[in-house]
Amino acid sequence: MTDPTFGPFGLDPWWLVLVKVLGIFVMLVLLTLFTIWWERRVVARMQHRVGPNRVGPFGLLQSLMDGIKLALKEEIIPKGAHLAVYWIAPVISATTAFIAFAVIPFGPTVSIFGVETPLQLTDFPVSVLYVLAIASIGIYGIVLAGWASGSTYPLLGGLRSSAQMISYEIAMGLSFVAVFLYAGSMSTSAIVIAQEPIWYAVILLPSFLIYVTAMVGETNRAPFDLPEAEGELVGGFHTEYSSLKFALFFLAEYINMVTVSALATTLFLGGYIAPWPLSLWDGAMTGWWPMLWWLIKVQVFIFMFIWLRATLPRMRYDQFMRFGWKVLIPVSIVWILIVATARVLRDDVVLTNRELLIGGAATIAILLIVSWAFQSRSDRRAAARAAREEAEANLAFDPMAGGYPVPPLPGQQAVGTSRRARAGVTIVQDRSDVTQEAIDG
Amino acid sequence: MSGEDWVFWISGTFAVIGALGLVLSRKAVHSALWVAFTMINLAVLYIANAAPFLGMVQVIVYTGAVMMLFLFVLMVVGVDSSDSLIETLKGQRIPAIVLGLGLAVLLVVGVGNGLVNAETVGLVEANSVDGGNVEGIARLIFTDYLIAFEATSALLITAALGAMMLAHRERWIPRATQEELSKARFRSGVHPGNLPTPGVYARHNAVDTPALLPDGSISEESIPRPLQARGDARAVDHHEVNEIKEVDSQ
Repeated sequence: MTDPTFGPFGLDPWWLVLVKVLGIFVMLVLLTLFTIWWERRVVARMQHRVGPNRVGPFGLLQSLMDGIKLALKEEIIPKGAHLAVYWIAPVISATTAFIAFAVIPFGPTVSIFGVETPLQLTDFPVSVLYVLAIASIGIYGIVLAGWASGSTYPLLGGLRSSAQMISYEIAMGLSFVAVFLYAGSMSTSAIVIAQEPIWYAVILLPSFLIYVTAMVGETNRAPFDLPEAEGELVGGFHTEYSSLKFALFFLAEYINMVTVSALATTLFLGGYIAPWPLSLWDGAMTGWWPMLWWLIKVQVFIFMFIWLRATLPRMRYDQFMRFGWKVLIPVSIVWILIVATARVLRDDVVLTNRELLIGGAATIAILLIVSWAFQSRSDRRAAARAAREEAEANLAFDPMAGGYPVPPLPGQQAVGTSRRARAGVTIVQDRSDVTQEAIDG
Repeated sequence: MSGEDWVFWISGTFAVIGALGLVLSRKAVHSALWVAFTMINLAVLYIANAAPFLGMVQVIVYTGAVMMLFLFVLMVVGVDSSDSLIETLKGQRIPAIVLGLGLAVLLVVGVGNGLVNAETVGLVEANSVDGGNVEGIARLIFTDYLIAFEATSALLITAALGAMMLAHRERWIPRATQEELSKARFRSGVHPGNLPTPGVYARHNAVDTPALLPDGSISEESIPRPLQARGDARAVDHHEVNEIKEVDSQ
């Protein structure tokens, strides 16, 4: 095996590795409990309710109590389940959710029990790809849960999940490319350090927006929670799961939320680097303070998740797939082209100001011509549509033709609306010949 | 044993177990899972051999995308269809065994020859030429192997376009809008709304309890068909119904 160290990583003594692993595990479990409570409180607030406020201060222990209750509930396994796969699916979901966190940097080097070590379990040259790889294994948990339940709704949920994951992981991976180009590295710690002067969320805004959209799709959260879709699929992939196995899925969903938020923080919001007003304070980047900045940034993303859930209705499946394939992916590719071109122009080609101006003017001219062409086409279409609607409005209109939605009573005609009256259509309601016998049949 | 030996023997064993599982599984979905398992173990081996980029891409592309697509197709095509184990090609076993053995011999000889005769510079040197594993792969792909790389991608895109062409159906009539669909549903004369819910009584309200129509007869539609077919629908005690009627009429 080659040298296992990478920068300051891989040098920790074994007990420190254990401490870090345990620390990450405890932090993720606590964050899950906290996030569930926070989500319920925030959603309640947005719906003019109070939310859980009975157990512990501000109801903080509510999710702990719910978790204990959930774990002690009776377990029901459907007769048609494929047992081995049914067992392993929640385990895959929960483990992958935990291990993806191994490469997330919480802070710079600190001293733990006298050992200087970075606040990150490990790192290696392709650690962002590692998170992507672990996420793609994690979806197996959901897909297999859907298949192994031996039931229709979970199967549909699992199918949706696999299609969703393939589509949105492409957009997600493409949104990383611009970051890699600018940071010159795929390691999370190096990307954080490369954002010292300015966040990538600012200079690579399109990538950031694409990632934020894809990460909601990737974690199956509203408005992209189609694999669960309680209105259509009961509970989706976890319909047939109960007790501790369901709790594992629940845990995995919330940890995944934290993971993608942490990755967004790392790649686009400067990780643990203190944001502007705090960075004026000299002590902001000393000791354990950076971990607090990191935590605040992650919580901002989690709040956004909750906000989205409280605000937006679920998308329809075909709209969702169309959005992923026809909007996110093409936009990402065009944006990467622009970024790569800009990088090459800046690094390898020396341009005079005059050349830059001519090039910029030519680009703008081309964009203008293209947008004008599109505009005139859509104008023509709008005009045609308006003409068609005008023609339809002028037609004599019988709303009861063919007995839709309700067959008319003998002699009954529709009541005219003002718009049709203006259009010169006379519709009278004449019910003088409808006797009570006719109505009674 | 060094760390690399441990990784090799553990992951290598798992990879072989996965490969055997693929061949020996009766269910197509189980086979697909064994393949995914083998691929993850191969990725571990790549990483242990100082090729972290290849290892990660292996997991993302093969486990994450290709096998997921396989699973998708398997799940769409048939969940409960027991896979046919009848051989459609007659007498294929002996040629298959011979060819398989031949391939194995070729691989062993080729790899062994490479191991014995090739000059090796070592993984650390190979990775440090361009400053890292990723940089080294990038340089090779975009210089020495550019044409092979681009030709492969052109081939893949052609294949994808071909698949789309084969699966494409020309639409002769415009797609029915939601409005047209709802009109058609009403015109068809079939009851357009939800079926009646099961009956709710003091003692029973489960799905096997039929709802009663105003005249006291049973609404057949209020019980799911499978329950009716199995004879699991709960009988209604008409004596009680009649009593209620009597009370009502007084």
